Amino acid sequence: MIINHPILGPRDAQEFTYLGDASLIERPDPQAENADETFHDYVYLRDNPAGEHQELWYHEQGDRSWLVVTRNTLTHEITDVQLARDAARARGRSK
Amino acid sequence: MSDMTVNSGVAFTSDRAAKGTAKGQSHRLTGGLVERAKPLSFTFDGKTFQGFEGDTLASALMANGVKLMGRSFKYHRPRGVLTAGSEEPNALVELRSGARQEPNTRATVAELYDGLEAKSQNRWPSLEHDMLSINDKLSNFLTAGFYYKTFMWPKTFWEKLYEPIIRRAAGLGSASGEEDPDVYDKGFLHCDLLIIGAGPAGLAAALTAGRSGARVILTEEDFLLGGRLNAESFGLGDMSGMDWVGQTQAELAAMDNVRILPRCTVIGSYDHGVYGAVERLADHVLAPEPGKPRQILWRIYSKRALLCAGSTERPIAFENNDRPGIMLAGAMRAYANRWAVTPDQRVAIFTNNDDGHRTATDLIAKGVEVAAVVDTRADAPTVEGTELFAGAQVVDTKGKLGLEWIRIRTASGVTRDIPVGALGVSGGWNPNVHLTCHQRGKPEWREDIAAFVPAGDIPVGMSVAGAANGAFSTSAALRTGADSAVASLAALGFDVAPADLPEAEDAPVNVTPFWFVKEGKGRAWIDQQNDVTVKDVKLAHQENFRSVEHLKRYTTLGMATDQGKTSNMGGLAVMAELAGKEIPQIGTTIFRPPYTPVAMGTFGGRSRGKEFRPTRLTPSHKWAAENGATFVEVGQWLRAQWYEKPGETHWRQSVDREALATRSSVGICDVTTLGKIDVQGADAATFLNRIYANAFGKLAVGKVRYGLMLREDGICYDDGTAARFAEDHFVVTTTTANAVVVYRNMEFARQCLWPDLDVQIISTTEAWAQFAVAGPKSRDLLRKIVDADHDISNEAFPFMGCAEITVCGGVRARLFRISFSGEMAYEIAVPTRYGNAMMEALMEAGEAFGATPYGTEALGVMRIEKGHVTGNELNGTTTALNIGLGRMVSQKKDSIGTVNSRREGLNAEDALNLVGLKPVAATEPVVPGSHLMAETGEVHAKTDQGYVTSAAYSPHIGSSIGLGFLKNGSARMGERLRAVNPLQGQEVLVEVVSAHFIDPEGERLRG
Repeated sequence: MIINHPILGPRDAQEFTYLGDASLIERPDPQAENADETFHDYVYLRDNPAGEHQELWYHEQGDRSWLVVTRNTLTHEITDVQLARDAARARGRSK
Repeated sequence: MSDMTVNSGVAFTSDRAAKGTAKGQSHRLTGGLVERAKPLSFTFDGKTFQGFEGDTLASALMANGVKLMGRSFKYHRPRGVLTAGSEEPNALVELRSGARQEPNTRATVAELYDGLEAKSQNRWPSLEHDMLSINDKLSNFLTAGFYYKTFMWPKTFWEKLYEPIIRRAAGLGSASGEEDPDVYDKGFLHCDLLIIGAGPAGLAAALTAGRSGARVILTEEDFLLGGRLNAESFGLGDMSGMDWVGQTQAELAAMDNVRILPRCTVIGSYDHGVYGAVERLADHVLAPEPGKPRQILWRIYSKRALLCAGSTERPIAFENNDRPGIMLAGAMRAYANRWAVTPDQRVAIFTNNDDGHRTATDLIAKGVEVAAVVDTRADAPTVEGTELFAGAQVVDTKGKLGLEWIRIRTASGVTRDIPVGALGVSGGWNPNVHLTCHQRGKPEWREDIAAFVPAGDIPVGMSVAGAANGAFSTSAALRTGADSAVASLAALGFDVAPADLPEAEDAPVNVTPFWFVKEGKGRAWIDQQNDVTVKDVKLAHQENFRSVEHLKRYTTLGMATDQGKTSNMGGLAVMAELAGKEIPQIGTTIFRPPYTPVAMGTFGGRSRGKEFRPTRLTPSHKWAAENGATFVEVGQWLRAQWYEKPGETHWRQSVDREALATRSSVGICDVTTLGKIDVQGADAATFLNRIYANAFGKLAVGKVRYGLMLREDGICYDDGTAARFAEDHFVVTTTTANAVVVYRNMEFARQCLWPDLDVQIISTTEAWAQFAVAGPKSRDLLRKIVDADHDISNEAFPFMGCAEITVCGGVRARLFRISFSGEMAYEIAVPTRYGNAMMEALMEAGEAFGATPYGTEALGVMRIEKGHVTGNELNGTTTALNIGLGRMVSQKKDSIGTVNSRREGLNAEDALNLVGLKPVAATEPVVPGSHLMAETGEVHAKTDQGYVTSAAYSPHIGSSIGLGFLKNGSARMGERLRAVNPLQGQEVLVEVVSAHFIDPEGERLRG
């Protein structure tokens, strides 16, 4: 596969390490009352869609950017690639 | 090419001069694309033959009248060549000898070279007299699924008896068992348009694309470009097919933007326009030139691809259709036209389509007697120069080691025996759709040509032209090739017109599907490579293996080196008929890469032996190697395991000496392999507070703290230290094994979880050489190294201090007062380039104290004595509570893993605790991996109390000692347990003790 890195352009997927579902960005609030439940779900539950999937790839053999890649799990078509930092901010993460 | 004669059409019997140079080549015709001026000598089963440059092994054997080339897989039936290409199921040989011996090489694609050695396979004692042909008589017992039915009982017989016998009897070639002496490379290519196959479609496409200026790669599995144009007698415009190929190739070769790769097979289509290809650079010579690779595995990145892979002829099944001499009609024609050979001087044709007639016409033109054309179609057109049997079938054959006659049933129902030495069979042609299916494409049936064509999800960016897309005529191939190139390039923004194309034959496909002859009780082969007959398919159907994938696995139809290129369709057709369905309803099995077999060496490339992965050397490697070190692989690193001194005969002597010397004076160990991560920024402390389970916010500048990292599920995964050099600057160390993972996770936290923290990180593992200097004399030693303006007294630089200093008169260094051994100890870091010199300097400075270099073994002994955990204890299942650091997990702040570490199951009352273990009898060993059981009672998983994680002989304690996890272990000091190791039948009585065998109060550290 080829991932179109937002900074570096098209790169072979071999340069990347795959992590999984981009929902891992949404780490729950540890202070919340039901944190034990939300952290359980955060660690153990994933959607496994046959189709479009947002997932985390790490450019380990490159510039060490984490990316959020939107990939169709059936066709491997990649429709969007963002820096994970930007995606995280868009999801409300900051400090 | 100029001195080759092309399809002159002169009969071989009339050209005595040509025969004269073809020494012993009784079946050589005139014309063809072989270089008669370049005779080549080769051997087959030890017998010497002559062929010509341009021959394959198959054509050269045929030229010499050799029909028998192998024995079949299961029944050991005599077999000859079926095809003239990479789809060959029968003519498999062992090529070369010695370390280069290569089994299962297809004689049809093995280019002849002078000195070629080939041996037949799967026969004993010889090809002509094969003892195991007895299997043929036992065929009733060796039907589909016989493995599953016959050898079920008794179970133990399988491994010891059945399998070895079957493996010997039903086999292909043998490997040399020696290391492959050749090298294989991997390479990367990029192009706008990849054209796969250089037949008429591929050449027309390349010509069109080449003229546009686009970057083009043209691959061809054959050693000649041209595809079927080399095998046919018709011309293109006013040229012969071959001359047109030559002219086109010359034009392409002159284009800088076109790369032509002959002898290069595209083996797979992968995502996003990536293709795998194997180029055979030196398979056609005795051995590669020194230093040159034999093959290259290319990864081709293409913006567009055009598949022009042509088509493969399919046989018709009939009784005893596997005798040597029976081959595909198109192959027979290729042998005659391209290689100027014929399997026999009297042949017949069996066909269901017009293409079979071409073979008859071409062979007649070459002076070969065509005794009959047997056409299943009642309305078959006549052929001049031979007898046509329309509406007839071949129903049986005879011949011992080769075909002697065929029996036909004519349209009127009578049988007739015709003596012939060869039979060309044509059941029509199948487009080579394979690469279109590598990404879930499902080919579609086209009734008008009775074949599957590419359809559905063909790979993105791929188009298909020519026969591969069902455009069978030469004219259609040229036209679709050029048009597809125009379309592909237009999508990339190139404006180009189709190349000028010559006039070419444009015969319609005239085929009436006919798959197998129903008459006869004997066996009719569908898959000759796996000895699968029509009966086997029927049996599978009868036993309810009705999905096409099940049929494949049960009968083995379509498996092995040819992957059913000539047989799959036949199997589908029989199945469809039995199921009362149409072929498209049955569907095909899934086509998977590789298209043709690839040697493991090619996939391995240069990554073998020592080069399998990188080897990382520590900065003091040179010194260590010069000073008796034995090295051990630690991940990619080579580390000194121990240093042997003269007179030491056992590694334990060296290790005990190193540990004792360190504890009594001073030892030095290269610890560079530990991961180092530089963390900087205003929020560096906040960041580390979230990475480590314990608190880091209040760590003073100039201090180091031990840190424990959890996974988000609450399990420990790494530990190390963080040294604070400034408010906004920390240096983190990780374990050797997790250096990469910790860094990756820190980047994840920094970019994905807390993107606005002001923190930057960088790995500096390889930037700093780091040495542990441990033992009561460590400070005295360091005083001789550290520049005088740095005070390293206990008061100025106490336990867990850190500082940026200079050593040896101004060399930049970092000093940490940390200890893994439990002794007063330091770690000193200098820029890597000074590493080896630093080791020398430390040893020189330590001479007065008997400074001793120590390796990973002594390091391990001392850390076990001190009760420090490593990967054995942080094994991915243990919590902070388990390793005795439960209270370190700060509950006042959030860090990764904190929430889940509170889970009830991880905090049970009888949770495992880290303990020390000592054998009751000092002579007995504690064995890592042993499980802890009560002193008496049953040894069983349900009575399991824990397990031993680490053990070593402790020269200080004077016995073997261990660390382990024991249920509620902290409360069980002094208890006796059995450490049992059922795998080795070992049982050792041990006593539970503190994990701190040495200096439990930690006084030595602070000295």
